[in-house]
Amino acid sequence: MTGPGSGPDTVGIIGAGKLGTTLARLLVAGGYRTLITSRADPIFVRLAVGAVAPGAEVLTGGELVEQADAVILALPLGALPDLTVSLSTVLTVDATNYWGPVDGGLPGFVDGSVSHSESVRALLGASRLVKAFSHLGYHDLDLLAAPAGDPGRVALGVAGDESGDVAAVAGIVDRIGFDPVALPSLAAGRALEAGHPVFGQPVTREELLEIIGVATPAAA
Amino acid sequence: MLLALQTFGEVATRGGVTQPPGETLRETVEMGVRAEAAGLHAFTVGEHHRVDYPVPSPEMVLAAVAARTERIRLGSAVTVLSTDDPVRVYERFAMLDGISGGRAEPMLGRGSFTETFSLYGFDLADYDRLFEERLELWSRLKSEGPVTWSGDTRPSLVDAQVFPRSSTPGGLTTWVGVGGNPQSVVRAAAYGYNVMLAGLGATPERIAQYVDLFDRALAEYGRPRPMVGLGITGYLADTDRQARDEAWEPYRHRMTTISRERGFAAPTRASYEQSIDRSLNLIGAPETVAERIADLARITRVDRIDFGMDTGGLPIETRHHAIDLLGREVGRRVRTTAAAPLAVTSA
Repeated sequence: MTGPGSGPDTVGIIGAGKLGTTLARLLVAGGYRTLITSRADPIFVRLAVGAVAPGAEVLTGGELVEQADAVILALPLGALPDLTVSLSTVLTVDATNYWGPVDGGLPGFVDGSVSHSESVRALLGASRLVKAFSHLGYHDLDLLAAPAGDPGRVALGVAGDESGDVAAVAGIVDRIGFDPVALPSLAAGRALEAGHPVFGQPVTREELLEIIGVATPAAA
Repeated sequence: MLLALQTFGEVATRGGVTQPPGETLRETVEMGVRAEAAGLHAFTVGEHHRVDYPVPSPEMVLAAVAARTERIRLGSAVTVLSTDDPVRVYERFAMLDGISGGRAEPMLGRGSFTETFSLYGFDLADYDRLFEERLELWSRLKSEGPVTWSGDTRPSLVDAQVFPRSSTPGGLTTWVGVGGNPQSVVRAAAYGYNVMLAGLGATPERIAQYVDLFDRALAEYGRPRPMVGLGITGYLADTDRQARDEAWEPYRHRMTTISRERGFAAPTRASYEQSIDRSLNLIGAPETVAERIADLARITRVDRIDFGMDTGGLPIETRHHAIDLLGREVGRRVRTTAAAPLAVTSA
């Protein structure tokens, strides 16, 4: 369990749609300073966030990246190439998914020879990229958050190449209501993608470990 | 609180054998006729372009229902405006409005499938722009005066006249279907359209927050309060056990197809039971369903609940019985309970 004072204190979310506002609610409830940004009409964003994620602060993308200890990508994959902010040095959490009917034309994601989040890392030049929050639907995230120690607590995979960054994101996962399961590399995050057994399936830590079948170090 | 029946016109099967599409379409028309007889407020039909839902033009089904009914309101759920021409959609629904004596209620949305983009030659990269721009054009058409408009997704209009005029003062009664993006609620409020929120997967408390957002946005834009509805799914039989047993096979079939397409796990009987117990999948006996609807109405403050029933694998008589239970038994209980302050009756 990551307590106050260790790990990120300020978390930013890019995207104020279904997933973005759901994560914002969970982060606010978890005691984080929560920042959110969206390219949509500012009046829409202010109203939407004020009503469904009260406590989150609406900022510009530039302000958000400057102030956040970690930035979560909660926008459609197809919107990533249009991002104007630089994510080259900030801890970035990839919550996007490739969905064929919508993202079918996006170069770099079609042939599947590289894992999804490695492709996102390359696309954005985000050196500190960790994959998380992508394998459960926003409704499930909303519904299933539970305190640490809850016997039915649902697990979320956290995949990355830098153990410190993985631990930081695992701390966020834990604090907003889920059991983090650290995967050994960003490439191993493929086990969390669409078409794999845990995708869209709420499972406990033990079940997740059994399904993906990788030996993992203890999570943060 | 108003209660409506919603369907996608799921393809009819008998003993696992798919029936000809005409059979499904005629049965879908019969569902609408039955819904009026059962006292339901509205009948709404979704637009799809798939083998499992052979209804690309809901308004044709609705026109057939209109000819055989007097009172029930007739809506789409939804019309995929992103890939249709708003002028043509307005014309067709204005016709339905005329034929039905002012009962047409187009519901505009993006849909949850994307087949129309390749079918009609649209680029998915324009997904947002198409819907936003066409919704704006719709607001001009709804005024039913000469329309002058220009945009990026359709040729310009200069003093264009669209016929027929609807039979509804102020233009067609318009709904926007919202899938869960809060910004879509704000957009609908900016135009003053009625909003139908998709309920499946959401909690009543979350829906209540979206209704609150709708109210705040209406105040921001100085619009009077239109209707706000909630779309849920469900099924009815005489007992809870029977309802759960009868609806399981159609649910399994539908969700297995969709999970295969979208890469998530296929349903199990246990996940099905869970969806009934903890999400807005209201399957049960009339008293059970009525109690949950009364709770929903109290917590969410919605004006209307659209009860989605797609059980093409069941005999038409069984489906008609479910519609009767919805309109008569659930309808009676909801009307009774909604008049008095409601007790919290279930967790």
